[in-house]
Amino acid sequence: MDIPRKTAARPRRRTLFQDNPSVLWFMGLLGLFTLGVTILSEGFGLGLISTNLVKILGMTLCLCLIAIAMDVVWGYCGILSLGHFAFFGLGGYMIGMWLMYARTEIVIRGSLGRGTIPPTELEVSEAVAAQIFGVVGSSELPAIWMFAHSLPAQLALVVLVPGLLALIFGWLAFRSRVTGVYLSILTQAMTLALSLYLFQNDTGLRGNNGLSGLQNIPGALDVPQSIISMWFFWASAFMLGAGYLLFAWVVSGKFGSVIRAIRDNEARVRFLGYNVEGYKLFIFTLTAVISGIAGALYYPQAGIINPAEIAPIASIYLAVWVAIGGRGRLYGAVIGAASVSLLSSWLTGGGAPNIDLGFYRIVWTDWWLVLLGLGFVLVTLFFPKGIGGLFDYLVRKQP
Amino acid sequence: MTTLLEVSGVSVTFDGFRAINNLSIAIGEPELRAVIGPNGAGKTTFMDIVTGKTRPDEGRVIWGERSVDLLKLSESDIAKIGIGRKFQKPTVFEEQTVRDNLAMALKNRRGPLSVLTWKATTRDKARILELAEEIGLADRLERRAGDLSHGQKQWLEIGMLLAQDPRLLLVDEPAAGMTPSEREHTTDLLKRAAKTRAVMVIEHDMEFIRRLGCRVTVLHEGAVLAEGSLDHVTKNQQVIDVYLGR
Ligand SMILES: Nc1ncnc2c1ncn2[C@@H]1O[C@H](COP(=O)(O)OP(=O)(O)O)[C@@H](O)[C@H]1O
Ligand SMILES: [Mg+2]
Repeated sequence: MDIPRKTAARPRRRTLFQDNPSVLWFMGLLGLFTLGVTILSEGFGLGLISTNLVKILGMTLCLCLIAIAMDVVWGYCGILSLGHFAFFGLGGYMIGMWLMYARTEIVIRGSLGRGTIPPTELEVSEAVAAQIFGVVGSSELPAIWMFAHSLPAQLALVVLVPGLLALIFGWLAFRSRVTGVYLSILTQAMTLALSLYLFQNDTGLRGNNGLSGLQNIPGALDVPQSIISMWFFWASAFMLGAGYLLFAWVVSGKFGSVIRAIRDNEARVRFLGYNVEGYKLFIFTLTAVISGIAGALYYPQAGIINPAEIAPIASIYLAVWVAIGGRGRLYGAVIGAASVSLLSSWLTGGGAPNIDLGFYRIVWTDWWLVLLGLGFVLVTLFFPKGIGGLFDYLVRKQP
Repeated sequence: MTTLLEVSGVSVTFDGFRAINNLSIAIGEPELRAVIGPNGAGKTTFMDIVTGKTRPDEGRVIWGERSVDLLKLSESDIAKIGIGRKFQKPTVFEEQTVRDNLAMALKNRRGPLSVLTWKATTRDKARILELAEEIGLADRLERRAGDLSHGQKQWLEIGMLLAQDPRLLLVDEPAAGMTPSEREHTTDLLKRAAKTRAVMVIEHDMEFIRRLGCRVTVLHEGAVLAEGSLDHVTKNQQVIDVYLGR
């Protein structure tokens, strides 16, 4: 009997992990790292890692998250955005508003509640406003703070504000077919404008004071920082893992094929019938949203956010991390962001010993930028595929 | 045969230079048409206009039985409506595999969300294999397109064109860089494609045109100089003067 051997000939269905073994590796290493830090932490383990270091590591994970977003928008889709730190900062501001409002409200209620007559809601909100905005000479709650009392609302804004800004900005820019260096300049202009705007005292976000005391979590004010730092560390590790999975899925398969094709020759992609602008807008907005989420996890660990965080230079550093780590491979972005930002905080935070040459003292806080610039130039010249590219080379050598 | 594409009275000026001068051309469905003419005659620019890459200063470009005005559509919408194009310089996505190049061109939904959730069906896979066999690249499906020879890239691009399943194929100098046997194969491919659709081929090689055995349009200085069978246009004194006689 002649049975058609259709089932045998059909290729096996491959999963994301089978096609991208690096995803599985990354998840495993991230899990091990999280476990290791937990075991060594002050809050839950042996106390070999200080709470301060846990915060730095947690913040580094957030930087890795925005770095993979940057890698997707630049390394895969070819849009050199020099504005993604604006989205990161906005995410931080949105969560910071709730943290600051809710904590102040608890404190105010505590002190007003000592009187004989319980305070009215109006009195509470006026006292909160005076407390938060006294520093910029105001005692009124600005309209943009109208949802600040509500955690769900501010969490929604963490996604919506960066997302909508990216959507509107991207729609205007991509629709006019602004590409290449012109687009980069435009994103820098957006970042600069946002930062300058936030520096003003009357914009409702406390000017250059920014939002502070963000490490104190309302509802957990008596939980020690050693514990809270671990909560945020876990949340950051979880989001990095989730973001990595999401992006690995997005850039694999046909969608990844199309955005890499857009990077290499967008005109040709149009003649295949793809709406290039729609794809760019999708990627730009998605990565902006993830950047916002990364910022919302970062700033409670940093404790403070101010407009200087959104300065254009931050977004340029982001591009440097991704370039050093290796564009077009997600783990490259993680390697770049983690190594450069950790090295930077070690060298500029006074951790690294200065080197006395006798005739000259190398002070790392001064020389760090020179080192970074040199590293960038060397990587660009000799390893155009970055540290991640070196990694690929080694893995391929031993099958 | 009904008229599929009608270009009438189209002119384009680049920095004061009139590259296309009151050009009118029509093609039916199905039809195979060769377009010849000296370098700089405006052959490529004509394809640029039809595919939305260049906007003409005046004239009309009308498509299909519902008389769609192509000048109002974007490049991607023109491609989606059923016009596929092969460029003079082969342009495939060199960093990607032959399979990925073909998969991108396959006639499927083009929106970001449909593409994000796209999984190759058995039919898609069979179609890719069929196309790869047709263009002689079946054993190179997993190779980087950048590693192919010039002639193979030309074929891959023709394969991508066929994968789009367009009603009109615009093919700009497909035989450049091909060996004689590859050229022969290419003419067969185009002739077969033209059984069910409109195919317009720009080519310089007279042997190639002869093998196509179709109606020929001669362009010169942005306008039609002559049109008819190959024998008819090669006997035209003007054509001999500006193109063949040199
Ligand atoms: N984008 C452009 N800008 C300026 N001049 C152009 C442009 N495209 C084509 N031309 C000019 O138009 C004329 C026709 O070019 P083209 O259509 O490429 O000719 P062909 O394909 O018939 O050899 C040439 O003189 C060319 O230099
Ligand atoms: Mg040409």
